[in-house]
Amino acid sequence: MSTIPMIRDVHGHVIDPEWKLPSRGRVGMFALIVAESAIFVIFVVAYVYNIGRSTYGPQPRQVLELPILNTIFLLSSSFTIVMAERALVKRAMATFKAWWGLTIVLGVIFLLGTAQEWNKLITVDHLTISTNLFGTTFYSLVGLHASHVIVGLIMLTTVLIFALTGALKPEHTEKVEVLAMYWHFVDWVWVVVFTVVYVIGR
Amino acid sequence: MAGSSIPVPGGLGATGVTDAEAEGTWLEVLHSWVVTADHKKLGIMYVLYALFFLAVGGIEALIIRIQLFFPDNHFVSAETFNRMFTMHGTTMIFFVAMPLVFGFGNYLVPLMLGARDMAFPRLNAFSFWMSAFGGLLLYYSFIGGVGLQGAGSAPDVGWWAYSPLTARAFSRGHSTDYWALSLIVSGFGSIGVAINFIATAFCMRCKGMTLFRMPLLPWLYVVMSGLVILAVSPLTAAQVMLTIDRYLGGHFFDTQAGGSALIWAHFFWIFGHPEVYVLVMPAFAIMNEVIPVFSRKAIFGYPAMVAASVAIGFVSLGVWAHHMFTIGMTSIGNAFFVLSTMLVGIPTGIKIFNWIATMWGGKIRYTTAMLFCVGFLLQFLIAGLTGIILSVEPFNLQLHNSYFVIAHFHYVIVGGILFAIFGGIYYWFPKVTGRMLDERLGKWNFWLFVIGFHVCFDVMHVPGVLGMPRSIYTYEADRGWTTLNQIVSVGAAIQGIAIAILVYNIIHSCLKGAVAGPDPWDAWTLEWTTSSPPPPYNFAIEPVVRSRRPLWDLKHPNDPDEPVEEGMSYSGRMPPS
Repeated sequence: MSTIPMIRDVHGHVIDPEWKLPSRGRVGMFALIVAESAIFVIFVVAYVYNIGRSTYGPQPRQVLELPILNTIFLLSSSFTIVMAERALVKRAMATFKAWWGLTIVLGVIFLLGTAQEWNKLITVDHLTISTNLFGTTFYSLVGLHASHVIVGLIMLTTVLIFALTGALKPEHTEKVEVLAMYWHFVDWVWVVVFTVVYVIGR
Repeated sequence: MAGSSIPVPGGLGATGVTDAEAEGTWLEVLHSWVVTADHKKLGIMYVLYALFFLAVGGIEALIIRIQLFFPDNHFVSAETFNRMFTMHGTTMIFFVAMPLVFGFGNYLVPLMLGARDMAFPRLNAFSFWMSAFGGLLLYYSFIGGVGLQGAGSAPDVGWWAYSPLTARAFSRGHSTDYWALSLIVSGFGSIGVAINFIATAFCMRCKGMTLFRMPLLPWLYVVMSGLVILAVSPLTAAQVMLTIDRYLGGHFFDTQAGGSALIWAHFFWIFGHPEVYVLVMPAFAIMNEVIPVFSRKAIFGYPAMVAASVAIGFVSLGVWAHHMFTIGMTSIGNAFFVLSTMLVGIPTGIKIFNWIATMWGGKIRYTTAMLFCVGFLLQFLIAGLTGIILSVEPFNLQLHNSYFVIAHFHYVIVGGILFAIFGGIYYWFPKVTGRMLDERLGKWNFWLFVIGFHVCFDVMHVPGVLGMPRSIYTYEADRGWTTLNQIVSVGAAIQGIAIAILVYNIIHSCLKGAVAGPDPWDAWTLEWTTSSPPPPYNFAIEPVVRSRRPLWDLKHPNDPDEPVEEGMSYSGRMPPS
């Protein structure tokens, strides 16, 4: 073997044969979450900066209702996905599928709630993205979050299909955990959006 | 220096499969490049793509300079002039500088870390093609931008695209849409490649390479990538808002509906200033590798270099509004951005002193690569000093939007970043192609470029001080700017000749250059342990390192580098004691 001969460093310490580095999936997802956070920060800043500046048309206080139930559904999906991960580590595939499926159901309910809210805003209050400044900032921030929920749900559903067809094995645990990181991010961004749009902004 | 006689780790030069064996018809070769996920091929494609757009953006610059050669000139119309400087700026930043630094990183980071590829090779390919499509989208506006003005409406809103000029009412047709979409698309590519660099540096290092044994180039690419994900993302968000305004009738930047044109300027410069550091970090990285090798000394003050780079990264995120003093902020706001901008000078000064200290007492070899680096040192220092001058708010109010500002940032980007990149091209060309670039042509390239650069950009400061504003398409004869503008234009032409020599040198040396061997510069980092060009997957056997200069240790087994202190080691390396 003509590689560098010394596996010892100069002090004579043997370099740990189990050279372990962080998982690239986790580091990559962490970096993606930082980038996504930067995007959300700009939309949140645009929202906060423009609170109360909309000069005509419907105002948040007149048309927005607190989506409490919806928030509970989405945030509890962070809990169910943790339970699913634990089941996967214990190799309890049936339990995993149940918790994972429940996570998806909660996400879908959240999206349906948003759809209902938008439907009311558009048909009853006549507020669209082009109506006024409030409409522009509201639909783009909540819509940006909802589009992240949709992307997350597509990936969660893909995993569920793999699990149901038996293609998902315990050795994929880490990949599932990396996906769960994304889902936690989507959930906790909602806390920010909820606070800004429905609490401060109203 | 002839190729060294040291054994190559893993015996790669002998066992690696070379590209020549894998070649088929030209269609198969083309196909292999299009579908590749190999970091080396992608790196080469990034650089070639950037050099192509360097020529395009350079031609646009020359058109600008011809137009400004005479007062009251009508070489191009005012509309065309606006398009030229918009396209020149956008092209040079997003489709020349960014792909150049990404290309260098793609090629070098895995090799320097002793890794076989980036952390996510397919994401890497995706990122490249996103960047490439971004450039095509921008230039398609020349033929596809059919709006109210007919065919060929390239963007004309300036590379900063201030609102409300970009509103539908003031920017008819689709030219601004091409601009926004092109930057959204290439922005996703930039974010993808930045995530890849971070994951590669943290997760793909070879055995024994703790974070503080990592060469400085990957270190600076980590800082650069952090800036990309924190700075390019806001730009992408702002472009999405602009697109919502233009396509969906939104009101983000519509002042009549209560929106704010000012907030666009903030969002743009929150991206725009860190972007300078995104580009200059890789330039620093090249300096950190080239100067030690040609001074025959290890880099001076490695931990200080890392700390200074990270500090510059953090500080650069809080200086953006120094582009906006004339917009009228509070005096506390102004004072904050004056001071934060001046603060950047401290870590940057540390770096400059460290490079000088590296050269001090060294046995300097003035190869073309080294010449470009020495040019960088002086020019980047001057660029930094005019930057400090411009950070003084009362003074800035006088010079805002003048040619002084143009001269300053071209000093940074051409005199600093492009010089470093050219040095990097001369340094790593033998590794990439297996052949040396011609040194005689290299000297011509360097000296013509230096002369052209100083004739052009030193003189350009003066019309700025005399009051010539940026972005004007012509000026009256009695302003007293004529001679100065003519000198600047001559300097631009000389730089054009220098770049033509570089292109000729690259083509000529690819075909007929002297064979380089694995290690023509007697260097110390892992990329020089492989054959030139490196085989697919780089290392047949994963290297093991125990210092910052593994190849030095190999060449000098009786005089190895000082070991890096254990206190600086990183997870996973816990030696039994």
